[in-house]
Amino acid sequence: MENNKNLMAEPNEDKFITLVVNEAGYKTLSNKMNDNRKPYEPADPSKIRSFMPGNVPELFVKEGDKVKEGDRLLILEAMKMKNILLAPFDGSVRSINVKLGEKVPKNFILLELE
Amino acid sequence: MSIKQKTLDLKKRMQGALLGGGVKAIEKQQSMGKMTARERIITLLDPNSFHEYDLFVEHAARDFDMDKKHLPGDGVITGTGTISGFPVCIYAQDFTVAGGSLGIMHARKITKIMDHAMNLKLPIIGINDSGGARIQEGVNSLAGYGEIFYRNTMASGVIPQISVILGPCAGGAVYSPALTDFVFVVDKISKMFITGPEVIKSVLGEEISMEELGGARVHSEITGNAHFFAESEQECIQQIKKLVSYIPWNNAKKADPFPKKAPKTRQYKIDDIIPTDPREPYDVRDVIKSISDDSEFFEVQELFAANMVIGFGRINGDTVGFVANQPLVLAGVLDVDSSDKAARFIRFCDSFNIPLVTLVDLPGYLPGIDQEHAGVIRHGAKILYSYSEATVPKVTVILRKAYGGGYIAMCSRHLRADFVFAWPTAEIAVMGPEGAANIIFRNEIRNAENPDQVRQEKVEEYKKKFANPYVAAAHGYIDAVIEPAETRRFVVHALEVSSQKSELRPSKKHGIPPF
Repeated sequence: MENNKNLMAEPNEDKFITLVVNEAGYKTLSNKMNDNRKPYEPADPSKIRSFMPGNVPELFVKEGDKVKEGDRLLILEAMKMKNILLAPFDGSVRSINVKLGEKVPKNFILLELE
Repeated sequence: MSIKQKTLDLKKRMQGALLGGGVKAIEKQQSMGKMTARERIITLLDPNSFHEYDLFVEHAARDFDMDKKHLPGDGVITGTGTISGFPVCIYAQDFTVAGGSLGIMHARKITKIMDHAMNLKLPIIGINDSGGARIQEGVNSLAGYGEIFYRNTMASGVIPQISVILGPCAGGAVYSPALTDFVFVVDKISKMFITGPEVIKSVLGEEISMEELGGARVHSEITGNAHFFAESEQECIQQIKKLVSYIPWNNAKKADPFPKKAPKTRQYKIDDIIPTDPREPYDVRDVIKSISDDSEFFEVQELFAANMVIGFGRINGDTVGFVANQPLVLAGVLDVDSSDKAARFIRFCDSFNIPLVTLVDLPGYLPGIDQEHAGVIRHGAKILYSYSEATVPKVTVILRKAYGGGYIAMCSRHLRADFVFAWPTAEIAVMGPEGAANIIFRNEIRNAENPDQVRQEKVEEYKKKFANPYVAAAHGYIDAVIEPAETRRFVVHALEVSSQKSELRPSKKHGIPPF
């Protein structure tokens, strides 16, 4: 029973990684949390993403349209709620990547502004 | 009716109730590789020690034709018994009766045995195997859950609470285990989640199996909701028995002492375990085993945040809680998960009069945007809070690196460790030599003809001056620099002289730990 599921009992040499903390490199094993870490992506306000999976029942703009900050762009229906996505700044619609009624996954780029 | 006839009638009634959901439902339960609720209780408790109560409780549902249905024991078995002579209160949900669904009388049986546990000052063990709320009972079923959660909270820190997940435990039902001290899960049998795969699929369009969403492995490795992972119900039951041997009946007692035993020093040679280069890994559990009685160590949350090791052992027969950085995994850094893991364990030990032995070897906190954004400040603060708050005897041994905030957090003198010892290999410094030299000698390195060579010289210089235990010893921050082979002797003595420790805290309703 002791250390029954122990993945670390006899670690292979090639499983070791080097973890750098304060400029010193440490020889060590990784874990699930570390394996699942994703590089950071800075927020880009010109990319309008789906903050939840859902579908798009309404589009208020078409490619090339000029928009003002606060203008309605489209509706993302998720969890039975109709969420109106607004333009975050003045600009124009560079591209629309969804069709009416289309289902989209989370974090999908619905529309790009410029 | 004669007394004989009356007794016969009682036996007949009992026989019916003892069968739970009936032969067919029992066969179905067993075909899934699961024991029945009654088998589970009998296997866990000492032979013939189980005494059942509320066998004849009837359910209270009246709508949807439920009044015509008979649900033996209303789907839960409750009682008292002993584990290796140690008295406990216990309940087990019976999946063969209406899927173990929770109605108001089912809940009342549970809250009644919980009230017993509180009054009798005994641990409560809950075996969960239930489809969830009994929908036909509507809001009454919610009331039942709420009453259980309230009692879990009131019992927290007063009596040990153990949850065993041997089947589904979904929706609101998960919050009772979440409020208890230890959660046991079994591979392929335990399933815990707030919203199941079907709801997730219909609402979000994302597909995932029950096992991947909330199986035993997920909760043992990723979420940290579970504390003990077993591959079979039998193994799980052995784990519960072992845990119970380490903990006291309640917060006014100490855990029962065991016969003193020396560590197996031939197998765990304390002098040979750690490499002197602080960047090389080793398994800190070998150090624990080189000082604990009979080299026994009962690890808690072995698979979760393995960069921090927590668990129970004994020193001279008495239970202690070990908290140790694990250089073998992520160099033993503190991060969101390992901080949560250690903090909660420290608070359990403090609540139940279990002294803390802390072994320190860490480079600091895990750097990263994800960690900062996940709130490593708030989570890391939990360790500081729980160590500072703990009034049980606290003994710290610094094995190797103890840099920066990590040094403070790992039960330093400043957080009121009673004794802090350091091995000659200890490096107690504001940061590692590489980082420190680069900052202190920045200009000299930059202006040098050969920066790399100067940097190396400065790192060596810093190492010589500061990467040792003697600077901290000179300030009195550590009590003694000790040979590794002397560790057990020092820890045994420190715990002996701390046995009457009593420390008062400012009077307050409760503190506000950074949850």
